[in-house]
Amino acid sequence: MSTLLDIRNLHVSLNIPDGQLRAVRDVCLSLDSGQSLGIVGESGSGKSLTALALMRLLPRAADCRATRMQFQGQDLPALSDAAFARDIAGPRIGMIFQEPMTSLNPVYTIGRQMTEAAIARGMLSGPDARKKAIDLLDRTGIPDPEARLAQFPHQLSGGQRQRVMIAMTLMLDPDLLIADEPTTALDVTVQAQILDLLDDLRRERRMGMILISHDLAVVAERSDKVAVMYGGEVIEQGTSAEVLRAPAHPYTQSLLRAIPHLGGPPGRLGAIPGTVPSLLHPPRGCIFAPRCAHRLPECTTARPPLRGTGDTHRYLCTLDHPPQVRLTSDPLIGSGAVDGAEDVIAASHVTQVFQTRKGLFGPKREIRALDDVSLSLRRGETLALIGESGSGKSTLARIMLGLSVPTQGQVTMLGRPVSEISGTERASFVQPVFQDPYSSLNPRRRLAEIIARPLVLRGDGDAAARKRAVEEAMDLVRLPARLLHAYPSQLSGGQRQRVAIARALVTRPKALVCDEPTSALDVSVQAQILNLLDDLRAEMGLTCLLITHDMAVVHQVADRVAVMYQGRIVEEGPARNVLANPAHDYTTRLLAAAPRFANDAPVPEVAQ
Amino acid sequence: MTSTDQTFTADPEDGTTFALTPGQIFRRRIFGHTGFLIGAGLILAIVLIAIFAPLLAPHDPYAQSLSARMLPPVWSDGGNPDYLLGTDQNGRDYLSRLIYGTRVSITIGLGAATVGLLIGVTLGVMAGYFGGWIDHAISFLLTAQLALPGLLLAMALVFIIGPSIWVVIGIVGVLHWTYYLVVTRAATQRIRSQDFVAAASASGASPRQIIWHEIMPNLLSSIIVIFTFELGIAILAESSLSFLGVGIQPPTPSWGLMIAEGKQAMFYRPWLVVLPGICLFLLVIGANLMGDGLRDITSPEGRNE
Repeated sequence: MSTLLDIRNLHVSLNIPDGQLRAVRDVCLSLDSGQSLGIVGESGSGKSLTALALMRLLPRAADCRATRMQFQGQDLPALSDAAFARDIAGPRIGMIFQEPMTSLNPVYTIGRQMTEAAIARGMLSGPDARKKAIDLLDRTGIPDPEARLAQFPHQLSGGQRQRVMIAMTLMLDPDLLIADEPTTALDVTVQAQILDLLDDLRRERRMGMILISHDLAVVAERSDKVAVMYGGEVIEQGTSAEVLRAPAHPYTQSLLRAIPHLGGPPGRLGAIPGTVPSLLHPPRGCIFAPRCAHRLPECTTARPPLRGTGDTHRYLCTLDHPPQVRLTSDPLIGSGAVDGAEDVIAASHVTQVFQTRKGLFGPKREIRALDDVSLSLRRGETLALIGESGSGKSTLARIMLGLSVPTQGQVTMLGRPVSEISGTERASFVQPVFQDPYSSLNPRRRLAEIIARPLVLRGDGDAAARKRAVEEAMDLVRLPARLLHAYPSQLSGGQRQRVAIARALVTRPKALVCDEPTSALDVSVQAQILNLLDDLRAEMGLTCLLITHDMAVVHQVADRVAVMYQGRIVEEGPARNVLANPAHDYTTRLLAAAPRFANDAPVPEVAQ
Repeated sequence: MTSTDQTFTADPEDGTTFALTPGQIFRRRIFGHTGFLIGAGLILAIVLIAIFAPLLAPHDPYAQSLSARMLPPVWSDGGNPDYLLGTDQNGRDYLSRLIYGTRVSITIGLGAATVGLLIGVTLGVMAGYFGGWIDHAISFLLTAQLALPGLLLAMALVFIIGPSIWVVIGIVGVLHWTYYLVVTRAATQRIRSQDFVAAASASGASPRQIIWHEIMPNLLSSIIVIFTFELGIAILAESSLSFLGVGIQPPTPSWGLMIAEGKQAMFYRPWLVVLPGICLFLLVIGANLMGDGLRDITSPEGRNE
């Protein structure tokens, strides 16, 4: 096999008003033709910038240097921008982006966008390009491809658009395909299909592929090689089998322990303490040292040496021998509902119809978001509501919170109709935690004000009592008290989510409704939040309605599961039974689609 | 809770080291923006002149001196050092009248922009927050307002009600609220859909509490920006009305009125028109530079959010 791509000592820095952000440092990657390379890392690790540097798509303020950047033996930095655009970007290296909703131009038809590049480059004639486009759309699994050519992007679903993007990239037969988080914006079942498709196409065409993802499980399944990035550096790389079976760098080890697995009994996750360091002033020693559990004094003073065995496995670490991986995890400490626990919130035969109208005189349109849904939440349990986007799960959560009134049906809270309970009384019983910690905190208020707000609204206590309650709540979610007067913009995503949970807990509610509380967060932060929820269940006996699409998270925390599909609940039961023996076809599909490591049991065995 | 406990004790660097508070970012941006500093300096100077007018003016702006009519400024032929910028057709000191004219312009500018703010922001927040038929009704009102010829209507209204400084403030204000409405409505719609509003209503907050505590602080910066722009527009509107004879009535010194009074003699004694014109220009450009600057300073891009 010949070397397809060889990058040595790539540095990318971004000039921002506060100084120089050294976003990618000393990255060396290589790839043989036909091979696939997975780049894994949390947000801000520099994985996307590495790919953008290769494609010359870096922002203008960026500065990029490398001692070698060769593609099929050709020196890339030597090419002029015009020559690069003509010969490399497109026909030799293709790229797929994260957001299929914005990567197609909404005013042109699919056919025009697909054939444009090939025709403009004189590679194909109009009719040939059209024929090829139809073939490729058919190959990527789009039904009735010929008719699709005349359609506009808004007529396709997100998954279909991503397929079109893939087909479009393949029109020029690139030798290397870069996929930057190709499935992050898509639903789980679609995600699996797209990844399988990419994998098949790669083998079929003997293309090289770089798959960039924050999801280790996704990469583990479909790459020959893996590079793990942290804080702008590749801290470990090698063949997938070696890196994932025998991770040597403490960060890779912690990351693997932080991911909820579908196999085995649920347990505490190995959260990585702290947050990613600022790249404005990267530390002199090891980049991971401030968060490392095996830190030695010399880790913070000298660059760690590159260790490992030849080309198959290399890592940057000061330790002479990789630390032993702990295979077992601590059991969960929160307990589920006791048998025969009462229902605390119950929705019975709830139907929600949305009517929209375009303008004052436009026609009415009806959307049936919920169709005759009955669901009850029992005291002390964690109920997971699973479903894909658009299945109505968030609508149901809003109704069960009492925030909106359903078209038909009734919601009772502690046995009383929710409409008869006043806002503040309801608030002291159940509180929400939202998905996006960036929009759930008022950017203009300090943390002390944000967390105290529910108490102020309820008219509880005086200022001193409220301050005490706020400090207690911050302590409960392990936020340091010195952040009391910070603004949300000064916090990281995980800290913001803790603030949102602190605000929800300050009134000492009995129940939480968490709407995808971790899906906007990095894996290590997700582990912190999931462990926190487990702590709170143990300490406060919280009842929890958890809305999610991630089956591994469900396996991790839920006692009971309800699966929603197109506005209906199609399956409901104890988490173990549902995950082990799904009854409904849709649940089976969801489970099959969830990415998993090869050493996970294919279907978790029923315990007891 | 063993493992998460360690999470924060072992967390010396949590991102707060380099992050600035919104206030610090704001101050840093203000002092890095030349246009804003010039505009704000001009406005501040003019406001100070308006406040200390009696101390600064060398003469009584109403005192007529028939022996000293139509004197040119001191640097042209026949200028009199007693009257630095000359006199008008009634022999009143032009410099003193210009100094007192700042009071009219500033009062009407601030007053009318405030009246517009109250109307526009109230309607904009209501339309954006409540949506539905309230939004439709208010949007219809907006369309109707945009279809009206503003100056003509203002003239007609002043003519019917009778001119006074308060009537001019009221009418100019009532005719200049559309910009507030458009901006606050869109911003409120965006903020309303954010999760912190849902969190507030889940804590039992009423719409009034949500609007004042959650939404208003986020609208503040854009309202301030529009206010500065509207300040310039209202000052110009007052001058136009006064020039047309339906605004400030003589003998009160108003720049627009002074231009109107000087226009017959414009070709022989251009300073009568040019001087108040320059004052008006400086005030309005100051307001606009300040508004532009505030818009840049408060715009979200590059901010640490």
